[in-house]
Amino acid sequence: MRAITANRLTDGHVVYRRADGIWKPSLIEAERFADDRAAEPALDAALRDILTVVGPYLIELDGERPGGRKHVREAIRLKGPTTGTSLLYAQER
Amino acid sequence: MYRYDEIDRSIVSERVEEFREQVSARLSGALTEDQFKPLRLMNGVYLQLHAYMLRVAIPYGTLDARQMRVLAHIARHYDKDYGHFTTRQNIQYNWPALVDIPEILEQLADVEMHAIQTSGNCIRNTTTDPFAGAALDEVEDPRPWCELIRQWSTFHPEFTFLPRKFKIAVTGSDADRAAIGVHDIGLKLVRNDAGETGFEVHAGGGQGRTPRVAVKLRDFLPKGELLAYLTAIMRVYNLAGQRDNIYKARIKILVETMGAEAFTQDVEAMYRQIRGRDLAVPAEEAARLAAFFPEPSPSTLPEGVSDAPGYARWRAINVKPHKVPGRAIVVISLKPRAGAPGDATADQMDAVASLAERYGDGEIRVTKEQNLVIPHAIAAHLPAIHEGLREAGLATANAGLASDIVTCPGLDYCNLANARSIPVAQALSAALFDRGLDEDTQDLTIKISGCINACGHHHIANIGLLGVDKKGEEVYQLTLGGVADNGAAIGKILGPGLTPDEAVEAVAACVGVFRRKRKDGETFTHTLARIGFEPFKEAVYGQ
Repeated sequence: MRAITANRLTDGHVVYRRADGIWKPSLIEAERFADDRAAEPALDAALRDILTVVGPYLIELDGERPGGRKHVREAIRLKGPTTGTSLLYAQER
Repeated sequence: MYRYDEIDRSIVSERVEEFREQVSARLSGALTEDQFKPLRLMNGVYLQLHAYMLRVAIPYGTLDARQMRVLAHIARHYDKDYGHFTTRQNIQYNWPALVDIPEILEQLADVEMHAIQTSGNCIRNTTTDPFAGAALDEVEDPRPWCELIRQWSTFHPEFTFLPRKFKIAVTGSDADRAAIGVHDIGLKLVRNDAGETGFEVHAGGGQGRTPRVAVKLRDFLPKGELLAYLTAIMRVYNLAGQRDNIYKARIKILVETMGAEAFTQDVEAMYRQIRGRDLAVPAEEAARLAAFFPEPSPSTLPEGVSDAPGYARWRAINVKPHKVPGRAIVVISLKPRAGAPGDATADQMDAVASLAERYGDGEIRVTKEQNLVIPHAIAAHLPAIHEGLREAGLATANAGLASDIVTCPGLDYCNLANARSIPVAQALSAALFDRGLDEDTQDLTIKISGCINACGHHHIANIGLLGVDKKGEEVYQLTLGGVADNGAAIGKILGPGLTPDEAVEAVAACVGVFRRKRKDGETFTHTLARIGFEPFKEAVYGQ
């Protein structure tokens, strides 16, 4: 599965795109796509949303969590810095 | 301290207003992100994983109490109550909102600070010895020359669009606490046979993907010729440096490609062509700049004594001798057990400002080891300084010990990183403290980078860790033998990559080998040269 993420223009915070085009901090609310191709129209719309977000892109999902090769990076983007938490963070997710 | 003149004040104020308009244009859609990005980067504004990051220049790592209080105010009101002091002697804020940044820049400008040239392919903030003007072993105070370079390089039209970023470091001591060997240009103040001071000039050093130690271009350059010679180096680089490949664009690659001899000849030829014109530094201008940095007055008061818990150890480890009688250099560790290296809260910044003001002529330094320094502390007040630091949670007695770990922000914050570095440092710090491995490790350096850009300086660490991405997992390469100061050297990889937990245990094991095997007075480098890599390999990989 795929979802669309970006950073919010005004403060840079991590957001995910809902099916209605609204950007929210919650991944759970994000629109899901079967693959890259299915996400293309929504990603095109996201890229035009320059007054709201910066740099939209697709992420891979593994169930409800970030997956794929960038899973550690995307888990940190979703949950915040792991500083002060266990080194096992990535494995625990 | 440096002082802004009318030109400094006007160009910084104008830049703040210009950026305010640019932010407004971006928010209204008049500028696209592609148009805005280079403009924000020119003002030190990056977009990282979770938020914008603002990098504020601290000129050659020097600031005063008033400026530190403004840094604290920014952390408190526009960020999450802390800032991160970097290996480039600057401060970074990890959470400012774009809409607030023009206001932050305005507040910085009010205390003669800015974020200009903290990004982009220009001459970055010059770095120097954090003990400058205080060190016992100093040939001459490098700060007036850093100030000259600051004024010369700020908005220099010829050097605003270089092939890549450009970093200059200056040391006034033989001990080289500025790591001049791994900078694009490294300058060392030396005395010649006639008793005159001048510069030994090095160029072509750097870390990152292709670490190189700088080559020496000149044994002695008269001080008044500094700008002409710097201009000659920059001009040769600007003309011949590669611009079509970001990985080959730094001056170190040019020096290597041309060969040290040919590069030096080109620089010398350019220097002969341009010297003696308006680039000569008049003696009266050098004297004017030197007057910004007066030597502190001696103190006739006897050094303070204290039997407070931890004082004796802190005095022995974190306090360094000063060249002026009755003064002392106090290193404030930003490396508590399991802390995030280089982080300081707003309250801690205010506490340091107050202590510097009351007991140290108001002056503060930032080190490339991500610590703070009160360079001119009155020795009589060392117990009061220790007490104030203890109350602020800043009295960790580990300056220069193994647990004084250096790290970049890593994958917890940085858009470029492949692996985390701060949590690894935190786990390692706890292991070193809890197992007593920190004892007797003075001058053992451990540095961690979360990607090959090497902002954590792992290449020049006695024990270095480099985080890489291996099929989506964080893996760490362990290097041994790097040296930052005199005789700069790049560390060599010990063996296969390690998981985060393995990396922590591996570094702890290497510290253990060093402590067991070294002979009296040996540094890590000496011990490694004597016993080789095998005992370390055996401890880490069990071979």
